[in-house]
Amino acid sequence: MTNLTDLGIAAIRDGFKAGDFSARDVASAFNDAVAGARALNAFIVETPEIALAAADQADKDRAAGTLKPLSGVPIGMKDLFATKDVQTTAASHILEGFVPQYESTVSGKLWNAGAGMLGKLNLDQFAMGSSNETSFFGNVISPWRRNNGDTAALAPGGSSGGTSSAIAARLVPGATGTDTGGSIRQPAAFTGISGIKPTYGRCSRWGIVAFASSLDQAGPMARDVRDCAILLENMAGFDPKDSTSLDLAVPNWEAALSSDLKGKRVGIPKEYRVDGMPAEIDALWEQGISWLKDAGAEIVNVSLPHTQYALPAYYIIAPAEASSNLARYDGVRYGLRDLPDGANLQDMYAATRAAGFGDEVKRRILIGTYVLSAGFYDAYYTQAQKVRTLIARDFEQAWEKCDLLLTPTAPSAAFGLGEKSDDPLAMYLNDVFTVPTSLAGLPAMSVPGGLDAQGLPLGLQIIGKALDEQTVLNAGLAIEERAGFTARADKWW
Amino acid sequence: MSSYRIQGTTGEWEVVIGLEVHAQVTSKSKLFSGAAASFGAEPNTQVSLIDAAMPGMLPVPNAECIRQAVRTGLAIDAQINRWSRFDRKNYFYADLPQGYQISQLYHPLVGEGHLEIDADEKAGILEAKRIGVERIHVEQDAGKLMHDQHPTRSYVDLNRSGVALMEIVSRPDMTSPAEAGAYLRKLRAILRYVGSCDGNMEEGSMRADVNVSVRRAGEELGTRTETKNVNSVRFVMQAIEHEANRQVDVLEAGGKIVQETRLFNPDTGTTRSMRSKEDAHDYRYFPDPDLLPLELTEAFVEECRASLPELPDAKRARYVETLGISAYNAAVLTAEVETARWFEALLNEGAEAKQASNWVMSELFGALNRLGKSIEDSPVSPSNAAELLKLVTDGTLSGSLAKQVFEKMLETGDSAGTIVERDGLKQTSDTGAIEAVIADVLAKNPGQLEQYRSGKEALFGFFVGQTMKAMAGKANPAVVNELLKKALG
Repeated sequence: MTNLTDLGIAAIRDGFKAGDFSARDVASAFNDAVAGARALNAFIVETPEIALAAADQADKDRAAGTLKPLSGVPIGMKDLFATKDVQTTAASHILEGFVPQYESTVSGKLWNAGAGMLGKLNLDQFAMGSSNETSFFGNVISPWRRNNGDTAALAPGGSSGGTSSAIAARLVPGATGTDTGGSIRQPAAFTGISGIKPTYGRCSRWGIVAFASSLDQAGPMARDVRDCAILLENMAGFDPKDSTSLDLAVPNWEAALSSDLKGKRVGIPKEYRVDGMPAEIDALWEQGISWLKDAGAEIVNVSLPHTQYALPAYYIIAPAEASSNLARYDGVRYGLRDLPDGANLQDMYAATRAAGFGDEVKRRILIGTYVLSAGFYDAYYTQAQKVRTLIARDFEQAWEKCDLLLTPTAPSAAFGLGEKSDDPLAMYLNDVFTVPTSLAGLPAMSVPGGLDAQGLPLGLQIIGKALDEQTVLNAGLAIEERAGFTARADKWW
Repeated sequence: MSSYRIQGTTGEWEVVIGLEVHAQVTSKSKLFSGAAASFGAEPNTQVSLIDAAMPGMLPVPNAECIRQAVRTGLAIDAQINRWSRFDRKNYFYADLPQGYQISQLYHPLVGEGHLEIDADEKAGILEAKRIGVERIHVEQDAGKLMHDQHPTRSYVDLNRSGVALMEIVSRPDMTSPAEAGAYLRKLRAILRYVGSCDGNMEEGSMRADVNVSVRRAGEELGTRTETKNVNSVRFVMQAIEHEANRQVDVLEAGGKIVQETRLFNPDTGTTRSMRSKEDAHDYRYFPDPDLLPLELTEAFVEECRASLPELPDAKRARYVETLGISAYNAAVLTAEVETARWFEALLNEGAEAKQASNWVMSELFGALNRLGKSIEDSPVSPSNAAELLKLVTDGTLSGSLAKQVFEKMLETGDSAGTIVERDGLKQTSDTGAIEAVIADVLAKNPGQLEQYRSGKEALFGFFVGQTMKAMAGKANPAVVNELLKKALG
């Protein structure tokens, strides 16, 4: 019998439907995998009973002939999504012990579609980080190791690092991520899995702990492109509770998957050839170009002239929004309250927030507070918004020449934990290829392309036009078929 | 320019006043959540997840609140901005769950408008005056802190958190406390006509921040102070009076006015410093990224316009020009929407406008005043009043009989017709009966009769009074006059 935890979303769905196994068997197998992988620290909360209850319901539904799109499929939930009656922390101390009375729209849709929850996945605190080293609940460790016998713990990427680690280690067949500046794509690239950030507004933000509202977008992460399409179909959709949600029908992305790219023009943006990028990444990019050509696409060179300003603009806009979004964590109504003897209200705020937020979160709150301050607002925030407009225009102009873009996902393979944590700027550079898309609100996905010389996965990023997730997924599939990426981390945990 | 000046020891000072009025929008639910917005509920019973700023909650604008603000803008002839945007005003306070207030700094919903205040010579307002309104924007109210529930702790009530407010910002066009009072009363009347705010200052649904500065005639504007959250017309006038005099005293003593926020103490009628500009918050305003810009269609604005009722100025003009009511009566009858509504109900019941207006102004207002009731709680309905007035018009009741009948109506709630029948209060025009009484009156008062005949004609009224008294007020006064003239020769 197949090892059930080796199956992806589509295989579980189809096998379960065909009667090859019960949902309970699947949930139990993954529950066991989760319980056996605590060394990775991918979960903040494990919820085996919830997974089993959903599985039992799926088994009943199968008997009754009332299967739902994700019946029998257990998944992981990034701990940024509010889950009713299950602790939701954003990996922070300030929300430790917080149990929402409500379910986020996206997670609710997944449960309504029949999925079950294996647990709440670790992440960078408030989704701020690129290595999953800022979680109050400890670092997440990548299942991958270098092939030189070195046992150094590697970063799973961030902020959706619990998600990427758990999928790569086959603790879950798929899971939710969120992406503000690359938090789905970069961890996917680091761990050899796929992940898509859809067009801003596709997925409701209601019930997702906010980092930067104008950038935050939920999306799926899974082992392959088809699984991403299946999950995304069950996450997206208009939500009247989110004013920025798009009032559009959700396409049948899975049904329309096709790796035939005839007639599609793929743009290669020259500004993404950055100094100091490892030759292996450059080589993979060239390889990706040939794969897409092979799939029938035409390759064109394009320019996105304002790319170099994207990262600075992002690190103004995102912290500005975060400084305001995180003001609600004040110790008054829920979460941590630190009330020293004789403290007044201001003292309580200061003590609570000093104890409740980690260093990276504080750093970004301070940056955000600074750039919004009187006298600096125009020089920073207003200027960054102008840059944002120019970046969006860059893409608009590129679309006159092409239908999608191909770039590397990240400028390096996974690095060791601790290697960059003392240098925030080096850490921020990880987002250099993912941030422009976020600023423009465009759909983008990372798919694994191959391994570097150290045996670590490298990802390719496909960027599409607004609302054209289908072309992004199709190009991802074309690469996936040609890359034949089957490498997986050897189990050491 | 009003005649109001402050006489300092070194000369005269003018006062310059601007008002920022916070008016709670009449709406079932709050600006960005579905929670109820009514007053007086048990603490924390009208709080949604959004109002409590739970993690991941998002605001969604309530169209009714936007509609009410647009209607208010149209009622003061203001520019409606078809594109506006919400901004966050960031500061920490325990009554502000989000850590920011959603407001509109950069692109308000309503732009430049104005309203008229009337001349009021007694108050020193020599002629009607137009007061500019710079803008109206919509924003969230904060919650309420309760400091009297526990010796060392404060409690938070979030019922009001997120309730929609309109901030109506005037131009610094007022130059006396009386003008400021008239502006507030007029604004309140318009809001109540439009139905966009109940104008209830006691419940806090309307409150004003008062900006005051002083200057010598013809000089540049002085430095202003802002006195926060003053919650009655009288207090606003007191605050201005006190603040202007304080500023004059400071300046004449060689001091400088500090731009600062002040608080009004209603017990003493004085203001005191709350914080100076140096300690002012840096609110770090920026566009709220959870909300899209607010774009209004022309059809929406037109629907708002079409839904407006006749407003007080137009109504008053119509009362004078079309109904022939005196200017003074028209002004009083239209000042409050409830009065106008009651009066028009009376007209709809068939009452004649001039007669009805005089009766409302004297009889009804007198009675309500005595009973301490507002016109909405009048014990006599418009249709009962119309019946009473009809009985006067058709001669059934004299003016004095009508007063008696009205008193009984107030006491019993019965209709005028019922009272007239039951108590036999019909007036009589029976000349025979009246002549007999007159003869008797003349016979009993020979002294007065002689004085009258020797030229003291003022005594005519005495004989009228005696005759009416003898007939228990039921004689038709016109007939009495006529017959008395004849009898007195």
